Amino acid sequence: MYFWNYEAECMHPDELRALRDWRLVKTVRHAYENVPCYRRKFDEIGLRPEHIRGVADLPKIPFTTKDDFRENYPFGMFAVPMDQVVRVHASSGTTGKSTVVGYTRNDIALWAELMARTLGAGGTTKGDVVQNAYGYGLFTGGLGAHYGAEKIGASVVPISGGNTKRQIQIMQDFGSTVLCCTPSYAVLLGETAREMGVDVRRLPLRVAFLGAEPWTESMRREIEESLGIDALDIYGLSEVIGPGVSYECMEKAGLHINEDHFIAEIIDPETGEVLPPGTKGELVFTTLTKEALPLLRYRTRDLTYLEPEPCKCGRTFVRMHRVMGRTDDMLIVRGVNVFPSQIESVLMEIEETEPHYLIVVDREKGALDTLEVWVEVSPQIVSDEVRSLETVEQKIASELHSALGISVKVKLVEPKTIARSEGKAKRVVDRRDLYNGS
Amino acid sequence: MGVKQLSVFLENKSGRLADVTRALAQANINIRALSIADTIDYGLLRLIVDNPERARAALTDAGFTVALTEVLAIEVPDKPGGLANIIDILAKEGINIEYMYAFVGRSGEHAIVIFRIERVDEAVPILREKGVRILTGEELQSL
Repeated sequence: MYFWNYEAECMHPDELRALRDWRLVKTVRHAYENVPCYRRKFDEIGLRPEHIRGVADLPKIPFTTKDDFRENYPFGMFAVPMDQVVRVHASSGTTGKSTVVGYTRNDIALWAELMARTLGAGGTTKGDVVQNAYGYGLFTGGLGAHYGAEKIGASVVPISGGNTKRQIQIMQDFGSTVLCCTPSYAVLLGETAREMGVDVRRLPLRVAFLGAEPWTESMRREIEESLGIDALDIYGLSEVIGPGVSYECMEKAGLHINEDHFIAEIIDPETGEVLPPGTKGELVFTTLTKEALPLLRYRTRDLTYLEPEPCKCGRTFVRMHRVMGRTDDMLIVRGVNVFPSQIESVLMEIEETEPHYLIVVDREKGALDTLEVWVEVSPQIVSDEVRSLETVEQKIASELHSALGISVKVKLVEPKTIARSEGKAKRVVDRRDLYNGS
Repeated sequence: MGVKQLSVFLENKSGRLADVTRALAQANINIRALSIADTIDYGLLRLIVDNPERARAALTDAGFTVALTEVLAIEVPDKPGGLANIIDILAKEGINIEYMYAFVGRSGEHAIVIFRIERVDEAVPILREKGVRILTGEELQSL
């Protein structure tokens, strides 16, 4: 078994409990004193920071949601002045505004530590060559994995996503031993290598850390066989810190949550009630040490359960099962979070389009996800020339691309062909089978 | 000066063209000419019919999206070089043709070609000056 930080990851449960109690009290005070949003939530129900004396008091605290980020866009959730913020990242919001997160210098150091644990759990050491094919930029994946690998002392190849043939070339030439990317991209790399006549199983590549989107055990088998590696699941979300929230060890039996820095709860998404270990529900996180963006009971909308039994690896951190679904309609396409409401608000802005649309997500075998948006034509769009229809298609596609950050294929369809249903319309068809067989 | 053309948006799926022709038949509309411009996902069916307004109403009722545009119906001598003369005139004036398609004529001496061109207002007097006959809607109906 591999460990980056044995003392932390295998901390005695009693010691962990005491540490978490103390850190929670501090975080609650920090959040209450410095973030008006938290102060308001506490004051509304007459809750005082001193009422929270440890993890047992956690259920008294109101939940935080993505809406809080939207209402306090861009920096209103930050608990430190901007002169202490050394980095910002952003992810998709439910509408036009993205979810913005910030880091102090200590937060960045913490993040690197957590990603070092993640990569270390798969045996990454300073002798490794880490090919980091997560996207660099506002997305947390690229820089998150980068800092973790650098902290370990590995040689990082910051290749970012895309340009798949070049990825294979570099993997061969540089002798990459560790790969970081989304699971669907790992599948594509395998297919592309095969097309190029490269047998990745004969290359030095040994392990991959795959996350940012849901995947299944059957995908794991496929990736492990085609690349000749161990494929480990990693989990994170930018609101909590980014990748590094939880990670698999070589047992591949669920993801260890970094419990010395985060508290995980599973709640009933309808009632908000905390569910006992082993019961499936919505995952909720509270941060314990973050400075710029302390989070209290943040609802991830991810469905999973916590595995109470200790892991064979020796880590005392609780494990979460791989994500089993969502409580909202968020889609993850090529590692990018997409809300149908974002697509709708773009279409509403374009005057030629009707508000009737259908989102079709698919994944061809060995290829990346495709996102199609079907839009019903309106009399304003149709003319006698194909060119004007194509212009409208391109206009919608480019607006969607800039709003979502990923390319979208727009397909014009005849009016009334998208089913109208009583009440809530069915807006999404997801043909990928992401949450089954896991 | 032009004649009215219907453009119908059709998804590329079987039976859609039949739905159009059936709707027109039920409304007792006669199709005089048609052409289809297509892409991978959809096509535009362009139609010249004996009663464009009634045809549009019938197709809209049947759930189709229809646009009405004016196009030119030009009489072309049914002999070698007949079409070339007309296109030469447009080319010399630098007027682009967006699309064109032929019409089923009855006389045998002339064919009728539907033109959609740029800068119609400039083109029509020039064509007339060169002796080209441009049919009106009424003339077309009476053929």
